[in-house]
Parts: sequence; C-alpha cells; structure tokens
Amino acid sequence: MFERLSEGFSNALRRLSGQATITEDNVREAMQDVRTALLDADVHRDVVEQFCSSVMKDAVGQDVTKSLRPGQEMIGIVYKRLVEVLGGDASVEPTLGLTPDGTIPKVAPPPTIVMMCGLQGSGKTTTCGKIAAYLKKRGRSVMLAAADLQRPAAVEQLQTVARQVQDEMPGSAMVHCYAEPEKVAEYGKAVGVAVGVCQRALAAAIKAGVDTLILDTAGRLHINDDLMNELQAVRKLLNPHQIFFVVDSMTGQDAVNSAKSFHEKLEFDGVIMTKFDSETRGGAALSVKHVSGASIRFVGVGEKLDALEEFHADRFASRILGMGDVLSLVEKAQTEVSERDAQEMQAKLEKGELTLDDFLKQMKTLRRMGPMKQLLGLLPGVGSALKDVNIDEGQLDRVEAMIHSMTVKERKKPSVIDHPRRRRIAAGSGTEQSAVGGLVKQFEAASKMTKQMAALSASGRMKAMAAGGAAPDMSQLRLKGSSHTSSIRDRFKKRKK
Amino acid sequence: MAFFKSILGKLKQGLAKTREVLSVGLRSLLLGRKLDEALINDLESKLIAADVGTKTTTRLVTQIRADFRSGTISTGDEVLAYLKDELKRLWPEEDRRLRIAGAGPTVILVTGVNGVGKTTSIAKMCSHLRHEGKSVLLGACDTFRAGAVRQLEIWSERLGVEVVKGQQGGDPAAVAFDACAAAKSRGVDVLILDTAGRLQTQDPLMRQLTKLRSVIAKQIPGGPHETLLVLDATTGQNALRQAEEFDRALRPADGGSTGLTGIFLTKLDGTAKGGIVIAIKDTTNVPVKFVGTGETPEDVQPFDPNSFVEALFAEDVPGA
Repeated sequence: MFERLSEGFSNALRRLSGQATITEDNVREAMQDVRTALLDADVHRDVVEQFCSSVMKDAVGQDVTKSLRPGQEMIGIVYKRLVEVLGGDASVEPTLGLTPDGTIPKVAPPPTIVMMCGLQGSGKTTTCGKIAAYLKKRGRSVMLAAADLQRPAAVEQLQTVARQVQDEMPGSAMVHCYAEPEKVAEYGKAVGVAVGVCQRALAAAIKAGVDTLILDTAGRLHINDDLMNELQAVRKLLNPHQIFFVVDSMTGQDAVNSAKSFHEKLEFDGVIMTKFDSETRGGAALSVKHVSGASIRFVGVGEKLDALEEFHADRFASRILGMGDVLSLVEKAQTEVSERDAQEMQAKLEKGELTLDDFLKQMKTLRRMGPMKQLLGLLPGVGSALKDVNIDEGQLDRVEAMIHSMTVKERKKPSVIDHPRRRRIAAGSGTEQSAVGGLVKQFEAASKMTKQMAALSASGRMKAMAAGGAAPDMSQLRLKGSSHTSSIRDRFKKRKK
Repeated sequence: MAFFKSILGKLKQGLAKTREVLSVGLRSLLLGRKLDEALINDLESKLIAADVGTKTTTRLVTQIRADFRSGTISTGDEVLAYLKDELKRLWPEEDRRLRIAGAGPTVILVTGVNGVGKTTSIAKMCSHLRHEGKSVLLGACDTFRAGAVRQLEIWSERLGVEVVKGQQGGDPAAVAFDACAAAKSRGVDVLILDTAGRLQTQDPLMRQLTKLRSVIAKQIPGGPHETLLVLDATTGQNALRQAEEFDRALRPADGGSTGLTGIFLTKLDGTAKGGIVIAIKDTTNVPVKFVGTGETPEDVQPFDPNSFVEALFAEDVPGA
C-alpha cells in the first residue's frame, strides 16, 4: 500500500511540466489512493474526506521541484498530518502532560478515580488489570471495583485478574478488588445497581487508603439509554478524575457512532485502543480522535497483563498508511533475543563461524516471534508485496527436522555430509535426500556471504546495503525529533539502562 | 410488511425507535426514487459506511452503474432488488442451514477473536436448538481467560443444560476429548464447544485450534460438523484476516477444503451493520448462519439476506 501510494504521487507529479508546486489538480488521482488506503484501514468515510481536504490545504502551493522524490514528499505531508491529527508524538513533548504517567494524576486527598467505559467485548476488564499492573509497577496502590453486574462471571474475572496482578506483576504496592457478587443479575434487571456499588467501592478505597480506584463498568451499547444514564449517574456522583473509553482497534466504520455517543454522554478524557496485536491497520483511532477530540493514551498489545504500551502517534500513522511498523519489529525482537545472545551471534558472524546449530537457534527465535508472514509484514513495503504470497511454514518445519536429525559434528561442519550421511538424515527427518543436499548448499553459500559481509567495515556494509537498495529510503519521512531511526536508538539506550 | 420479520422484528421489540428510523432511512434512500449518478454515489457511501470494504463495494457499485447506464435498471427499488438477489445468490439457503450429523452427536466448535461474544452466542444457539427439541451438552474449552468457565456454567444453569469442564489453565484438547466422550455416552443430539478468544496473529494458539479439531475428529467421526467463527458486527476490514486465518487453522488434516463452515454475526442490535461479511463471502466463501441481536438467549436469528440488505441502508441511529 505504501509503495502504491508513493508511486501514485510520483507518477502524478512526474507528469507536471514546468509546474513547481503541488496543485489540487495534479495530485487528485493520487489523493484518491490515499482515500482508499484510509478507508481500507477502517477510518470513517467522513473523517477520510475531512482529512484529505486538510492535507490538500497543507500541500497546495508547496514547492516540490527541489525534491528528488516528489511522491515521497507528498506522502511525507500525508504522514505528518496524520501524526498531528492523532495527537502528535507524546514522547517528543512530555511536558504537555500527554504522557500516560500524567494521565492518571495523583490527587490529594486520594484516591484518583478512573472509570472505564465502552462497548461489550472491547476489553475493559483486561485493560483494568493492565492499568493496575502499570500503576503497581510505579508504586501506586490500586483498588479495582467490579461494577459490571451484567455479564455472567464478570465479577469473578476481575477478582481473578486483581489476584494475578497482586501475585505475579512487579512492584510492591497493594492491589485490592471490591466486589458485591450478590448484586449480580440477569441482563436488564440490575440497571442502576452499579451506581451504588461504585459509591461503596469509593468508600472502601478511602478506608483502605489506596492511591487509585478503577471502576470496571459493564459493556453497553451506546444506544441503550438506560445503561448510558447509569454511567452518567456514576460520573455525577463520583466525579472521576479520568474517564477512559476503551475501543477495540479492529473496529470499523461504526467507531464514530459509539465514540460520539459515549463522548456526548460522558465527555471521556482519554481513549485506550485494545487488541492492536491483531495486524489491524487501526483506522478507528483516527475516527475516535476526530469525533471526540480526546487523546489516545494507551494501546493494548497482548493478553498478558504487562501488554500495555503508551500511545505513539507515529506508529499508528505508519500502520494506517500501510508503511509497516519497524518499531514493533524491533520490540518483538527485544523480547525474544537477549543482548548476550545477540552479541555472541554477532561475534560468530564476524568470524564466519556460524554453525547449523546457530542457524537453528536463530530460526527458532524468529519463529517464536510469530508467523513469518506477519513478521515480514511489519517491514515497510514488504507487507503489501506479500499479500498474496503464501509462506510455507511447513518448509521451515522440514528444515528444523533435518537439522535435528544431524549429529553434533555434522551441525558444526556441514561439509562432512556425504551420501550415506545424507541418506540417514533424510530418513530421520522424513525428507528427501535432495532437500538435505539443498540445505547444506544454501547454508554454505550463506556463511560464505556472511564472512564477506563481516570483512567489510561497518560503514562499508551500510554503503553496500544502500547500493543494493535493501534499505528503504525513509529520509523524506523523517520529522523533527521523531524520526524512526533516532527513536529506535533511544529505545535501545533506554533498555540498556 | 413482509420485510420486517426476523432481525427487524427483534429490533422492533427492544428498539422501536430504531425500526422507525430504519424504514425511513431505507425509504428515503432507495424506495420510490429514480436512479441517477448521485444516488449511486450515495449507495457507494452507504456500503462503505457499513464496512463492506472498498474492494467489494467497488465490485457491487460498478455493476449497478453499468446496469444503470445500459438502462437495465432505473429505480432505487430495482437496486434494492438487485442487491437482495446478489446476496441471496452469495448465500443460498442450503449454505445457511446448520449441518447436522447423520447419526450420533453433532459437534459445533465455536471460535473467534477476543470479546466477540462467543459464550453468549453459545447460550443463544443452545436455547435455539432446545426450542427445536434437541438435547444439548456444552464443553468449556476456554481454559485460559479468567472467569470464562464460570461464565459458561452460569449460562448452563440458566438454560438447564450440562457442561463438561476442565481446570483453569488446563489443556483445552483434553476438555474437548472428555466432552466428546460424554456426548457419545449420554447420547445427546448436539455438543457445543466454547474455545478461548484468540487473535488470528497468535500462531501457537491458532495451532491449538488445529489440534482441537483433530481431537474431535478422532472421537466423533465426521466432527466437528460445524466450525463457527463468531464475528463482532462492529469489526472492520480485519474481519477478513480473521476469516482467512481461522479457516486455515481449522482445515481438516486430510486436506479438506473447508475449515470454517459458518459465521455467527454478533452485536447487530447496535449501529454497526456488519457489511464485512459480504467481503468475507466474496473472498473465503464462508457463509453467515446466525445473527445475534441482544444479550438474552432468545436474541438470535437464522441469517436472512433480505433483512440484512435492508439494514445496510438504514440511517445511522442517533445516540439519543
């Protein structure tokens, strides 16, 4: 998609003769592609229209003659605007109170009251647990209040989650759970009861002296007046310091409807996007932001209780435009590869001492990070190219089986593998002899290449890669203070500390 | 008013206002109007707003535009009829029926991503099947999410059916095994298996589904007879990936062609239209079998393409 977008603009602008600036006419067609990209990413159609016209306003009149790649220049404008609309990069301006730490302020007297709301199944209960873990890690005690009396076993779920946070998550602060299981009733029969539960939870939180009270409310439809009134009553009586609207990031066009209604009734302060590890392009973020104006604070990226990230507008923007998500890839790699392993591997690479065992280890690490296609999809430009390609994970299984069928000696020195050995390995792994031969040949070619690569100096390597066009040119996309590369580096530094 | 049965009838009970807006919306957009380019553009916009997706929308609208230009169709009513035909052709009646085993228990394996309403949908199917006079047994294979087994248990108590369960954190395949054995020995008509919600990107969890499937097939030949994907109607284009990946993970080991046999479309009582199921049928050929329209076990309907098309063009329901 990213390629198609940038190509579209390049073609449009190449056709310009003698024109030095972007006009509405000369990029109209290319803007159509931007529209399609945004719609495919689930951004609401009206939001798409407004966004595109605002981008045009930015772009018209800009001088692009100096740029070697006017198409990328134009994409840069789209991207930059998208980041702006999504709320800017919070990490650039921490003083504005945009960071999640400032999102859940400490108040005196405590507790800080946080209320969660949203549609059914958006992930409120899980997110409550994640926020509790987030606060616990920062030394803040939490009470979770089970105000969902409607969904069967919702109370039990929150109690279990609270216990898990208390027992398993880092930090020494206490995590409590307030619940009145006897108040649970069938759907529609306990409307309004949750208000009292929240009030009593607040009293319990004050008594326990906790720092933050989190209200887990029942999922509800934005068109159910009775249930929306119940939330309004909670808001009026408890006056929460923060109201979070929890949205499934796979939501489609309907995100504007629910966000609008919830915002009209509750004026929520922030948005939490959940299930972002679903490969979704996440256009709902733009829709919700557009209709509510509320900032996106957190992003849920997995089922584990620490799978909560601070929101980065640049990442969402890249994902929405189909530019891939290099940062996510880096982070995925960091969770799977220890620094020592990485250094060891690097040393071996440089000496050209890579064995089939190392290869196996690397392959396993890579596969632990997810299906190959998904990983490659995180790379800019690769995702769209791979859309219709089927990567045969079975092939990788067979390679693993072949290596497992080799002796230690064979793995260290694949050149010893002769015909009888090949026959044994093929039989042991259930593969063909030719496949074993192919693997050995490929491995030898690869290790020869790595030896050559290692011989080049670091800068030489970069040049070689650039010449080969292996690294996509993102230079046009670098924005002040938030370039991909610099933030990757910052992240590495942070982790090392 | 033959239109308003099924889904629309259900909506009528709880959301009288919605129904009014629905018919007004439909009428003002299509019925009794002459077709022109502006109306076709409106139509396109409605399809996009219903999450049908750009690709399928373009396909449908290009056809309508061509028919309009060649003079084959000239009114909004004809467009509605065309779309209804098109969708009925996409979803023939026999595709929408639940597959029932010739002999022995019918096994329904219920899957989906997190938070789509799998457990509630199972309660609905259970109630639906029992109305048809069938005996039902439930299997709680969601051993992962806190409270999931308890949630199914509460439903089973309310509905008066039994549930086979394992331990929290246990092996879901073991629960499936036990549930199949229990279904056979008790001679129940239908066994419905609940599974943990999983994103289609979680490879190990998707492989677990493959395993679940083969465990069931070994226990009950021909099973699972239905492998349903529960899909939240508010989902956007990601639903396509869900259908593709669940279909792939649930293909039988002998290389059969179908993994998923149907979709249970939930939360149609909100303002979302669930149009993505058209694109899903286009690309993966998986039909919709049921729709969920509320939180009680009675809020379930067999999928009806007619009411579905009409609902696509309903006005957005205002929040108040």
